[in-house]
Amino acid sequence: MNAEGYRKRRQELAGWSIEIESYKFGEIYYCTINNVDPGARFARAEGPTREDAEAGALQKAERYLSQTRRFTTTR
Amino acid sequence: MADVLVTTDWVAQHSKDANVRIVEVDVDTTAYDQGHVPGAAGWNWTTELCDTLVRDIIPIKKLEELLGKSGIDNKTTIVLYGDNNNWFAAWAFWQLKMYGHADVKIMDGGRKKWVAESRELSTDKPSFAPKTYKANGPDTSLRAFLPEVQQASAGRKAGLVDVRSPAEFTGEILAPPGLPETCQRGGHIPGAKNIPWGKNCNDDGTFKSVDELKSLYSTQGIAADQPVIAYCRIGERSSLTWFVLKYLLGFQNVKNYDGSWTEWGNLVGAPVEKP
Repeated sequence: MNAEGYRKRRQELAGWSIEIESYKFGEIYYCTINNVDPGARFARAEGPTREDAEAGALQKAERYLSQTRRFTTTR
Repeated sequence: MADVLVTTDWVAQHSKDANVRIVEVDVDTTAYDQGHVPGAAGWNWTTELCDTLVRDIIPIKKLEELLGKSGIDNKTTIVLYGDNNNWFAAWAFWQLKMYGHADVKIMDGGRKKWVAESRELSTDKPSFAPKTYKANGPDTSLRAFLPEVQQASAGRKAGLVDVRSPAEFTGEILAPPGLPETCQRGGHIPGAKNIPWGKNCNDDGTFKSVDELKSLYSTQGIAADQPVIAYCRIGERSSLTWFVLKYLLGFQNVKNYDGSWTEWGNLVGAPVEKP
């Protein structure tokens, strides 16, 4: 079987730029979420539809991103 | 194309060749388990490519066992790919070179490109006839340890390349957004230049042309005739930049500092530059 319907898009979530990738393989949709910079995958989920997979991954991503702290860059 | 890179087309045509072993390398094997290049082995960076007791690269005996059970001998052509933009595949490439494997290649564009091209995936876990592997080394000329980095920073004796994001470099964040913080201080090693790993790649994950890469580094003052040390947070992104500098651009003296910011940013008394 082949991967099908690969899609990629960017959006803001919890104040951070993220990239959402999804595709179908067999009967399952897979979604992974990367931070745009530096490009690390930090959340993923799967589901029977693309919407379900993305919703699951976005929920995790928002939780993880809420724990990322920003610091001042001066001494 | 450099002989250390192969295209997704090449992999589709040669993945079943007797002397070729395709290996997916990820931080864990979740993506591999969901579907991989048919016939590919799956290596887990966390448990199979690192020493799980001491913070170190995989010990030589463990590497020999891993390669042997993956059906790889000293003459096998190993083709690596992975998720996370081939970061962990590049780590595996770096380690395999430290242990002297001759023929290692990276699939340009990695897992993302393979999936985006709607190529075949398999969830079958292949079984391989075990082989005997004899490693050499490790060749530590490819690896920078803390004392050398401290000297390079203090004496400006090497080009220090920080491949993390600008926000990590300045200390605005302590880890990539969404990932756990793994250091006590933010910022960068004094004297380092920020050339994020992503500048090496096109949007589809493939490497930029040699001319583009030469321009990227030369405009930042990183030259082939000087020692260069690349670092990031845990050493995987810098493996990719190390690969670019050594194998795509031909730098002779380039090392990966795998201790990276998780070592430097936790050291008591270590100087930190910010922004």
